[in-house]
Amino acid sequence: MKQLMSGNEGIARGAYEAGVTVAAAYPGTPSTEIVTNLANCPGVYAEWSPNEKVALEVAMGASFGGARSLAAMKHVGLNVAADPLFTFAYTGVNGGCVIVSADDPGMHSSQNEQDNRGYGKFAKIPVIEPSDSQEAKDYTRLAFEISERFDTPVMVRVTTRLCHSQSMVALGEVAAVPLKEYKKNSSKYVMLPVNARPRHVEVEKRMLQLKNYTEETRLNRIEWGDKSLGVITSGMVYQYLKEVLPGISVLKLGLTNPLPEKLIRSFASQVDRLVVLEELEPVIETQVKAWGIPVEGKELFSLIGEYSPELIEAVLSEPVNREKIALQREIPPRPPLLCPGCPHRGVFNTLRGLRVAVIGDIGCYTLGALPPLDAMDTMVDMGAAIGNALGIQKARGEEFARRSVSVIGDSTFVHSGITGLIDVVYNQGQTTVIILDNSTTAMTGHQEHPATGRNIKGEPAAKLDLEALCRAIGINHVQVVDPLNIDLLKQTVKTELERPEPSVIIARRPCALLVKEPAAVKYYVDKEICNGCRLCIRLGCTGIKWKEDERIAEFNNDVCVACGLCPQICKFDAIKKMGE
Amino acid sequence: MTQPTKNILIVGVGGQGTLLTSRILARVAINLGYDVKATEVHGMAQRGGSVVSEVRYGEKIYSPVIKKGDADVILAFEKLEAARWIPYLKPGGKVIINDERVDPLPVMTGKAQYPDDIAEHIASLIPDTTILDATNIAVQCGSAKAANVVLVGILAGGLGLPEQEVEKAVREMVPAKALDINIKAYHKGLELAGKTA
Repeated sequence: MKQLMSGNEGIARGAYEAGVTVAAAYPGTPSTEIVTNLANCPGVYAEWSPNEKVALEVAMGASFGGARSLAAMKHVGLNVAADPLFTFAYTGVNGGCVIVSADDPGMHSSQNEQDNRGYGKFAKIPVIEPSDSQEAKDYTRLAFEISERFDTPVMVRVTTRLCHSQSMVALGEVAAVPLKEYKKNSSKYVMLPVNARPRHVEVEKRMLQLKNYTEETRLNRIEWGDKSLGVITSGMVYQYLKEVLPGISVLKLGLTNPLPEKLIRSFASQVDRLVVLEELEPVIETQVKAWGIPVEGKELFSLIGEYSPELIEAVLSEPVNREKIALQREIPPRPPLLCPGCPHRGVFNTLRGLRVAVIGDIGCYTLGALPPLDAMDTMVDMGAAIGNALGIQKARGEEFARRSVSVIGDSTFVHSGITGLIDVVYNQGQTTVIILDNSTTAMTGHQEHPATGRNIKGEPAAKLDLEALCRAIGINHVQVVDPLNIDLLKQTVKTELERPEPSVIIARRPCALLVKEPAAVKYYVDKEICNGCRLCIRLGCTGIKWKEDERIAEFNNDVCVACGLCPQICKFDAIKKMGE
Repeated sequence: MTQPTKNILIVGVGGQGTLLTSRILARVAINLGYDVKATEVHGMAQRGGSVVSEVRYGEKIYSPVIKKGDADVILAFEKLEAARWIPYLKPGGKVIINDERVDPLPVMTGKAQYPDDIAEHIASLIPDTTILDATNIAVQCGSAKAANVVLVGILAGGLGLPEQEVEKAVREMVPAKALDINIKAYHKGLELAGKTA
């Protein structure tokens, strides 16, 4: 009996069937549901790690300990985990270990669209690319066998469209894989130069063995069709290709590092025109060209953005002229925005009012950068808010430090803000850091983290005390405020900015989506008082809207959660509680 | 089983509950023995942004993504979103619009205009357009929350899916305590589909 599964569910199922007993991750779209699903599998220990580096180290340790293990992360997470990755390639494994890299072409929910197949080549580990949920399951399972057979960690590279699309999967049996024996083997696992040198030799030997394997594995296959066009492809774009050009010849690669030279040469010699279709970097194409095989690739397909069936159709087949329906209306865009009642809104409105530079970070709160709040100057990577703030303040001096703040979410702070804060204290910065503590990892769908006091299963766990941590680092002024108490928040920010030393303000209130109780009150705008100043509208909340005909504000009570922010913002007391 | 592939686009605003509708539809297609693929939006866009779920079923499905100009049906939980996705509709395709208006931020702040007659404008250009107030119908059935199941009913009717199969999928996928309301909502939607077909 087949069932409908997402790519992420397929990966989790494949790992489970392969006998995985340890899985670790930090949440990140589009990878999050992989380990969420494994957490529900009997006999599997799964965890939210503080960050991807730790997640990979946990999976690596489990592998050394003889278990099959998995670490999952979004593409940029692998940057964080790159340090263990490269040397893990030297040590190799004991129990099989799979690293899932979920890339995000099109940047649906990311800050860049790096193609992590590059890491596979760079670190010299096999890279496997499934193209639907069945392959996600089957290939992940096989990846563990490859890992143990060749003594190497294996990367499974997927993309957003695969992770979050569903297709039919026939389940397999769950293998009973006994824990392998653990024997101290320091020449393999202690990467002192004296041991690492011979291990590098092993890495190169393994790559040669894998070059033979990639020629014969069922992961790479030719589907012959019309030989006037042959396309080499991998991953989800294979499905798009089959959709729009079902009749052509295809070399479908499931193992893309190392590439099968003989198979590619043989395929190339039998087709009139050879094209590589890959999302996004020319990883396959560059190697094929290096072998001197004439091929087209990125001169046809973009290096930028997610591909689609119509894009492939437009490039490789006759353009289809479809009748177009032209609407005679302007369609305003609908950008994502902070939810009604979001505690972050109070902070960003306050910071905008204070006209300070806001050095930002990654999470829901990055939406504070969008109009009308428009209250963020920079956002680059997880944890960057604190290091960036220190750097910009060192560059521009004390006066600038009094007019700039660092904002970072609670989960992001634990992920990689702590070391930045240590730097601020150690190097005598005077940065004011605002930790936006909504007690969850909100953007990825409300995962727990070390400061929520619950583990991946929602069970009680040791709770990281953020105030105590900041004090232990050497911050003498740690204030906790309610971000929806606007006067207190504003006064606290002003006071801490003036201090010639670093401070931390913890703006603490749970994510509005976690509050289940219905709003206790309803508000309305007193039409006699409202003068249309639009201060409340500039909060960018869907709970209150501009009424053009009367030029006043009006509540949208279907979505307003009565957080009480706009009544505090209104200078004319035009926002009143119903029934008062 | 020789029926050509069906492509259904379900669009709305993050948080409107489009996912349950697409999952019920996918379940029905599986139970009928079709190959099924579906795709949906997670992450940042979910925060009040424009969201889309795509469901495709037929004998053999490759791409989970529907091409522009290839959707047999667009089911819109919100009027403006119907308009946004119209370029995906197949010539002769069907549009079902829930008569609900959710202002996007540029409209709420007065930076852009919401085209007030958008549903009627779509209907004037696309003959097979159905406009209904699913929320109101759901309230009559017992709860506004059942609006998406009203839309399942009208969609199932429009696609000619077997009534019993769809009801079975609804029973499997809605919470037990709200089952009666949802079954009522489903039949109300189905009835409306019959009237407008």
